[in-house]
Amino acid sequence: MGRAPWPCQRESTQVPKSPTMKYWKGIEELENSPEFLQTAFSEFAPMKDLHPSSDPTAAPRRDFLKLMGFGVAAAALASCEAPVRKAIPYLNKPEEVDPSIANFYASTYFNGADYNAVLVKNRDGRPIKLEGNPESPITRGGLSARAQAAVLNLYDGGRLQHFAIKGQKSTPEALDREVMSKLGSAGRIAIVSPTIISPSTKRAIAEFANRYPGTSHVMYDAQSASGLLQANSGVLPSYNFERANVIVSLGADFLGTWISPVEFARQYATTRKVSSEKRTMSRHYQFETAMSLTGSNADVRVPVKPSELGAVAAALYNGIAGGGSSSYSNPKLTKAISDLQANRGASLVVSGSNDPAVQTLVAAINQTLGNVGTTVDLAAPSMVRQGDDARMNALVEDIIGGRIGGVIFYHANPVFSHPMGEKLKAAIPKLGLSISFNDRLDETGSLCQYAAPDHHWLESWNDFEPKRGFLSLAQPAITPLFSTRQAQETLLRWAGNNTTYYNYVRNGWRNVLGGNFNAAWDKAVHDGVAMGTALAAAPAPSAAAMSAAEALGQLGSAKGSGIELTVYEKVGLGAAGFESNNPFLQELPDPVSKATWGNYLAVPRKMAVEQKWEQGDVIKVTGNGKTIELPVLIQPGQANGTVSIALGYGREMAGKVGDKVGANAAPFMGIATVTLDKTGANSPIAQTQTHHTIMDRSQVVQENSLANYIKDPKKVTEYETIVTPDGAEKPSKVSLWQDYQYNNHHWGMAIDLNSCIGCGSCVIGCQTENNVAVVGKQEVINRREMHWMRIDRYYSSDAHRTDFDEKGKLATYAAMEDPSENPQVIFQPMMCQHCNHAPCETVCPVLATTHSSEGLNQMTYNRCVGTRYCANNCPYKVRRFNWFSYYSNEKFENVNGHMFTDLGRMVLNPDVTVRARGVMEKCSMCVQRIQLGKLEAKKQKRRPMDGEVVTACAQSCPTEAIVFGDMRDPESRISKLLKREDGERAFHALDTINVQPNITYLTKIRNAASEFFPEEKEA
Amino acid sequence: MQHISAVREPLVTGGKTYHDVTADICYQVEAKPNIRWMMAFGVALFFLGVFFYSVYRTLWYGIGEWGLNKTVGWAWDITNFVWWVGIGHAGTLISAVLLLFRQKWRSSINRAAEAMTIFAVICAAMFPVLHMGRPWMAFWVLPLQNTYGSLWANFNSPLLWDVFAISTYFSVSLVFWYIGLVPDFATIRDRAKGPIAKVAYSMLSLGWKGSAKAWSRYETVSLILAGVSTPLVLSVHTIVSMDFATSVVPGWHTTIFPPYFVAGAIFSGFAMVLTLMLITRVVFRLEDYITLEHIALMNKIMMITGSIVGVAYITEFFIAWYSQVEFEQYAFINRATGPYWWAYASMMTCNVITPQLVWFRRVRYSIPLTFILSIIVNIGMWFERFVIIVTSLHREYIPSGWVMFSPSIIDIGIYVGTLGLFFTLFLLFAKFFPVINMAEVKTILKYTVDNGPTYTGGHGHGHGHAPAHPVTPGVPASAPVTYNQHD
Repeated sequence: MGRAPWPCQRESTQVPKSPTMKYWKGIEELENSPEFLQTAFSEFAPMKDLHPSSDPTAAPRRDFLKLMGFGVAAAALASCEAPVRKAIPYLNKPEEVDPSIANFYASTYFNGADYNAVLVKNRDGRPIKLEGNPESPITRGGLSARAQAAVLNLYDGGRLQHFAIKGQKSTPEALDREVMSKLGSAGRIAIVSPTIISPSTKRAIAEFANRYPGTSHVMYDAQSASGLLQANSGVLPSYNFERANVIVSLGADFLGTWISPVEFARQYATTRKVSSEKRTMSRHYQFETAMSLTGSNADVRVPVKPSELGAVAAALYNGIAGGGSSSYSNPKLTKAISDLQANRGASLVVSGSNDPAVQTLVAAINQTLGNVGTTVDLAAPSMVRQGDDARMNALVEDIIGGRIGGVIFYHANPVFSHPMGEKLKAAIPKLGLSISFNDRLDETGSLCQYAAPDHHWLESWNDFEPKRGFLSLAQPAITPLFSTRQAQETLLRWAGNNTTYYNYVRNGWRNVLGGNFNAAWDKAVHDGVAMGTALAAAPAPSAAAMSAAEALGQLGSAKGSGIELTVYEKVGLGAAGFESNNPFLQELPDPVSKATWGNYLAVPRKMAVEQKWEQGDVIKVTGNGKTIELPVLIQPGQANGTVSIALGYGREMAGKVGDKVGANAAPFMGIATVTLDKTGANSPIAQTQTHHTIMDRSQVVQENSLANYIKDPKKVTEYETIVTPDGAEKPSKVSLWQDYQYNNHHWGMAIDLNSCIGCGSCVIGCQTENNVAVVGKQEVINRREMHWMRIDRYYSSDAHRTDFDEKGKLATYAAMEDPSENPQVIFQPMMCQHCNHAPCETVCPVLATTHSSEGLNQMTYNRCVGTRYCANNCPYKVRRFNWFSYYSNEKFENVNGHMFTDLGRMVLNPDVTVRARGVMEKCSMCVQRIQLGKLEAKKQKRRPMDGEVVTACAQSCPTEAIVFGDMRDPESRISKLLKREDGERAFHALDTINVQPNITYLTKIRNAASEFFPEEKEA
Repeated sequence: MQHISAVREPLVTGGKTYHDVTADICYQVEAKPNIRWMMAFGVALFFLGVFFYSVYRTLWYGIGEWGLNKTVGWAWDITNFVWWVGIGHAGTLISAVLLLFRQKWRSSINRAAEAMTIFAVICAAMFPVLHMGRPWMAFWVLPLQNTYGSLWANFNSPLLWDVFAISTYFSVSLVFWYIGLVPDFATIRDRAKGPIAKVAYSMLSLGWKGSAKAWSRYETVSLILAGVSTPLVLSVHTIVSMDFATSVVPGWHTTIFPPYFVAGAIFSGFAMVLTLMLITRVVFRLEDYITLEHIALMNKIMMITGSIVGVAYITEFFIAWYSQVEFEQYAFINRATGPYWWAYASMMTCNVITPQLVWFRRVRYSIPLTFILSIIVNIGMWFERFVIIVTSLHREYIPSGWVMFSPSIIDIGIYVGTLGLFFTLFLLFAKFFPVINMAEVKTILKYTVDNGPTYTGGHGHGHGHAPAHPVTPGVPASAPVTYNQHD
């Protein structure tokens, strides 16, 4: 039975049974009064007001309940609503700026030591990443780790945000008035700066000096090249490693920190790349004290004490020039001499020593070998080190002695970075006039009366001449964030010139750029680099410091005693401490020791064993009346009887990140010997790698000798096979899996271990691109760093699997854990291998990690529940878990501050999610870049071109060790490379477990002379 | 259907009558909690507090509160999980497998063992949820319908199998345990004096009347549930072992794991049952129901499973050597001689050597020795899981990732916290539920042809057994036994 019909009133009134008969439902209908008609057609009778109230303001019960219900619901909703963050659209859209479309502007990074031509990636008006500028003939698209991280400094909340007089906030006008009234009567004025390679800045300084005649400009470098400059008559030679078949370095860390590492690394790597067509590579000898990045790449490395370095130079000189007897002899040196002699005009000897005598000999050796003009270029000298130690020391003495009226510190922080910093600290407050242009109230700036902070370089116009004849421009990529003023403009204003610095630079270039100036200028700004006649006058050659014979005489007598000390510069953190407040660089592992967050006393193992020191024991270092306390790090390869300490740590007033990290070694510059005492305290060192040897696991990383490679390139890589019924097969031939089909793209990457120098530039490139959190020292000690990309560093060991039979398995395994005293080093960049048979994908219970149709192993963050099963099952251990909420847990506010403040968050890449606590993350192969490349191509109705899509790591690699591309495109660089190297050097890490990675490594080839490494495998 | 032997040893000593059984066992439920129980409960509550604090820290700040790191992604969490699941196994084995094999001696211990199973599984189930980075999303592992189309649970993942295994296991065990409790709840209900107790036990006993029909159904359901649970004894730990066995981690990727884990589970479960029963029988004066014979039998099972586990340990080493796989070999060499050698040594000593002492009759029948042994085995089995999980992970394929693991205070807090949770639940059970299955124990009072439950005419009876309550006088020795009478 259906429901009984329930006709509505409208029907019942409109459809009477007969027109003549009318039935009324009640007297009301009959009367048809207006009151009745009002309600006749509604379904329900009107509600009766049960409690009629005469007071219209009194709320009836129902209303009260309604209101209360609404109130409670509204309060509840309001309390759980997320705060509104407004994104306000442009009223008038600026030209070129499209929301979510990145713009790139060419600019230049120079921090007083490193020169890098960069492209600034701007999103919605803010710089978010720096990339190498491929137009630059010097850095050629490479970018150092320091430059990569520099974008973070722009948003550093520790920057001084306004002008200040005696620490009180002030205005530029007030400061100008006071300063200009004092400048005239200041007498001797000194401008102290690190090396300035900007011609326009120098012009501005000259203009200032013209206005105030007592002015002198003193440049000093925290890691000085004074000796090199002196030995070459005031000229810093340009070097070309690309043409050198034999490279001998006497303590020069030219791949890491010496003069122009990005440029040198590219040149060096060119000589190291091999293929079956080019079976040659340079041979690199390194004589050094501490294990540097360069030393770890050397074919032959000889640890020497600092006091012996002169003797080595002398012996080398004698060997080349056929001179007299030498106090130092070593078969490896003899071999180096014969190699150099065999490669006259195609070899290069460099030295990092600051001793003019050593540098004189090195110059003489290059001269004798005929290298000047081929690998050593004196005609287009490098400008990046102009500091003069003698002048600086004299100035410091003058300041201390009260003989200076006023000092302007232009980005210089000598209180921290000069050996006499302590004395300066006492003297600066006594100066009549002290001004700081530094970006923060640092150790020096805080002592000055006036602080006139400079713009950040990303907010500034500037020009550079890193090498004579090579010009470079910087353009602002963002409006100044704070009330700062460009330092050059400040100087010009004080000199009475009110022009803007932009016009000043532009006018300066009128003489340089020929033809149509406007077009040429626009092109120069667009390209960021230009070739041109030098803006600055050629450096005046000074008298040569000494002759080779004099130098020999000086060095013959040098003799060390006691425990010798070297202070050195870290690859990540510069010696001057400019980068100290940059958490990316603080957490960048040292390429060799893999230590982060702080410096340490690197000691050879022999010394640690003799003194019964364990890693992390705090040692008091005393030298020349100065002391610091540092934990011990046992460094294989450190010369016996020596210790070394990194500069740039121990800042007091760098900011939240950099303060009290490590200890300042600047006072120890120039101190040769120290005494060491154990304090009994222990301070763990935060290393990202604590097991240092490869344990003979050739399946992980492979290397072989050039001799074997020359014999047969097909026999340098061991390919594991597994036994099947059909005989031995490649592991990939046997599979239970149904393979994925890649119909469109199949992204892959090849990493040439021969050209990877381990510098760590890719690590920072990845970190900035992918918003990877910084976790701080304690969390690194807890082994929870978040880097998606890491560079594994393995030392060789004296023990090998071949010793099993003789010494027993257990003893051998134990011995294999110990690195050799002077080990060979191999670097292996390691990130998600994007396995085609990914073990992580099968074990995730919620399908948060899956395989893409283009071969990527992709991580869906918001699906992840965080079981960490994938990380356990990852054979490469590349997955990173968000143990904490790194962007809101107060524990990380200091180290990961850029994720906490609106200012800092401007640096985050809006294309990449900041991961929540409790989810797994890992390398995505920069899927956002792949997507962008595909979309750009699609808009133009074509396929992405090879090289159009580049991952952040591949982009930043100074040596082009990383090749990324589409493996399905037979014409791509990667396809050709893999085809060429198949069966030769190409191998997959852990091939036997058949996870089929999309990352291919190329076997490292060493060019060591066989007589020194008899155990070298025979092909 | 019960075969009554002329020479069988008694399963319950002390010449108990049916009424004695009821009175002895109901006494704990009906009497005021004694001081020892109160103290034990206080301690358990304290550790439960530790548990809640540790869980709060974990949930509020994140898994970073634990000692895990980038290489060792599981350590105490999954160790504890496997350990607790393993402990649970004895209950199921006793209630299901021994029922099917008509091992009548199980009647005295099955209730407590099953309770232990359930509480252990509750403790175990804490870890898979707590170890998640985002436990509030835990329901995503269930294959629930959603609006995301193909986004579902991953049926390839052993963790998903775990979810099914553990939830099935828990529900079957709970039903089995509860069905067994129903007649006893009815007994307590009938004796209850207080209004709350009356209502509570009435509801718990589901209107049990004790009719012959009800008993018949009870027996049938028990048999069916026993049949259902028996495969679970094998399947649960098999599936848990697959978390490891299906991975690529050397030291985990081992086909021997399923039988090895099941044996280990029963081994540790019996150890835990022994630990608990030895305490309960003293605290609740149940020496007549849980006799030395029970203890000896359980010791034997422990020894057998312990030996199986020992063989498995050795087999792993043999296979590592035989495989000639570099990583596999190193994993085992590292296990025994690497930085965690002490964990491995503890495991071998506790699990392989100690159970062999049970060959000696004197050890088997010694209460203190058995107690110590059971604790040692519990420790050893915890170390077994720690060794498998941590020493395999901490030095895997890529030497640059090799690390050490050390637990944080929160790790320890959660572990002892689950012990607190377990004992809180167990003590509540022991106080409010009958710890021994009265109905079933009554069926085994008669153990030889001419021996039945008798009234001995006195209490105490020189057995050192002095119940704290009077045995009802005047009940004839040959009182007829009817099952539908809950006295």
